[in-house]
Amino acid sequence: MRAFPATEGRAGVLPGLIFHLWVVTSCVLVLLFIAAPLARTIASPTLEQMLATLRDADVLRSVGLSIWASALASVLALILGTPLAYVLARRTFRGKKIVESLIDLPIMIPHPVVGIALLTLAGRNNWFGRILTDMGVNIMGSITGITAVLFFVGLPFYINTVKNGFENVPVRLENVSRSLGAGPSATFFRITLPLCSRSMLVGMIMCMARALSEFGAVVIVAYHPMVAPVLMYERFTAYGLSYSQPVAVILILVSLLFFFLLRVLSKSEKEEA
Amino acid sequence: MIRVSGLSLRLGDFALQDVSLHVRPGEFFALMGPTGSGKTVVLESIAGLIQWQRGEIHIAGRDVTALPPERRRVSLVYQDHALFPHLTVLENVIFGQRYHGISPADGLREANELLDRLGLSRLCGRTPENLSGGEKQRVALARALACRPNVVLLDEPLSSLDPQFRDDLRSALKTLHMQMNLTVLMVTHDFVDALSLASRAAVIRGGRMEQVGQIDEIFRQPRSTFVAAFVGMKNVFRVTSPGLCELGNGVGFAVPDAAHGAMALRPEDVFVTRNPDLPGNWICLPAKIRSVRHEGFSWFTEAVCGHAVITAALDRQCLMAGGLEPGSPVWLGFTPERLHLVPDGSDETG
Repeated sequence: MRAFPATEGRAGVLPGLIFHLWVVTSCVLVLLFIAAPLARTIASPTLEQMLATLRDADVLRSVGLSIWASALASVLALILGTPLAYVLARRTFRGKKIVESLIDLPIMIPHPVVGIALLTLAGRNNWFGRILTDMGVNIMGSITGITAVLFFVGLPFYINTVKNGFENVPVRLENVSRSLGAGPSATFFRITLPLCSRSMLVGMIMCMARALSEFGAVVIVAYHPMVAPVLMYERFTAYGLSYSQPVAVILILVSLLFFFLLRVLSKSEKEEA
Repeated sequence: MIRVSGLSLRLGDFALQDVSLHVRPGEFFALMGPTGSGKTVVLESIAGLIQWQRGEIHIAGRDVTALPPERRRVSLVYQDHALFPHLTVLENVIFGQRYHGISPADGLREANELLDRLGLSRLCGRTPENLSGGEKQRVALARALACRPNVVLLDEPLSSLDPQFRDDLRSALKTLHMQMNLTVLMVTHDFVDALSLASRAAVIRGGRMEQVGQIDEIFRQPRSTFVAAFVGMKNVFRVTSPGLCELGNGVGFAVPDAAHGAMALRPEDVFVTRNPDLPGNWICLPAKIRSVRHEGFSWFTEAVCGHAVITAALDRQCLMAGGLEPGSPVWLGFTPERLHLVPDGSDETG
């Protein structure tokens, strides 16, 4: 009779303790794993180095280009990705799973492959590329090319987020709107879109954040003009770690700033809703 | 006002089969049926929200079969209100007016009148999340009416409300229907709603119309054993031989010779007594109490009579008299006029 409670106690308490230790340790380790390298990078450059980097025209130009091209990619995702997200959220059709897999593909494939694939399609050796060149659109080594790459890698994040947002808008609201006389377009713009605006904003944040950090695909399509990650890579390979760190710090801060600003915006959007 | 002819469609495993319906101008029509019978599908088909395979729909004399929902001039009110959460009460109400050629000034005046009539004037600036269930449903109703629709379609509009709000809104619906001469098609499975609001009704089962007629006729003279059971005629007895309903153990009662099929009887029409001295024209059957139960404020007993189980409503006097313990002998009485004939072949699965 005594052995039973003792066994129960051992079986109940000891695994519980191990479980809690595992949870706490892994949480601390994961957070440290993310925060420590970033904090160390931010703390590495001296103030003089940071000020000199902030006065460096090449750095400012590349950071500006990164922001501009990422913003453009997220606006493109908004304009071109929203209808597809809506169709995926509302319609059932043959081959829907294939379409959804196709949208997720840019997340799965190695990033330099994205660059190679875009160049293969839009390069001068391809008929499509020749048409683009004839139209004055140049992908290789241009802002257009950079934006195309960033749009490509950021699109899955936008479409999946907004698709979930559309799915959360009850179909009955659209039904009522239609029965009250609003056509499909009026219903979309007056009911569905406003109710999904927070998801769209979050989708744009994710798309932009993803685009801002892209290196592998961009470096294939356009080494010049240089986006910030490419510039940082160049300084790392040419001059070493300490020379690339200030650029990395600026990139981290810009990412955090954008993330913070858009999070605040999306929060206020939620409160309004 | 609404004429549905031969409506058929298939949605996965469910199928509407040759549904026909006629709702007259100014009529309050109830479409009743159990869950999954296809009530809402019929409603959404009339609204143009579901694609059907066969059939025609006419609204206000116009063939709307091929028209999209926004061109049918029908307003739909769902059970869950479906108010637009990002718009205020007033914005919800005036939402559809611009699509019906109503000028902003006229629309605003009419919307305010409707809100006033439904006791919502003070809530104009609120958003739906700050309204009670009853208020939300009133706003949904005001929004539906503000477009001057030919027909109002109500999908179980009262079923999600508390009893108090339900009574209030039922009265409001009745008043609006009479004052505005509305044509209303309401889907419900609530007898009280149907009986207090509708003048005619239909019962649908498994995508097929079982019966269409005056509301009293449906509740008093069901044409199939399914409708009989659905409207609460829990006692259904087969006519076993010409002129006789045998219940087993030598118990039975006489029915007209021409009666074929089954006889249905409402529990409210069965009188339970310990004394067999009932009027001479009553049918009086010996039975034994099996159980006594209450549903809300009403009490019912199930009594074994021959091989049959008869459900009877118990009045206060009978309850007070006692002697209703399981196994107690009682007499069940009813007048022959209360028996309703459900003819053979009226119910395939009966």
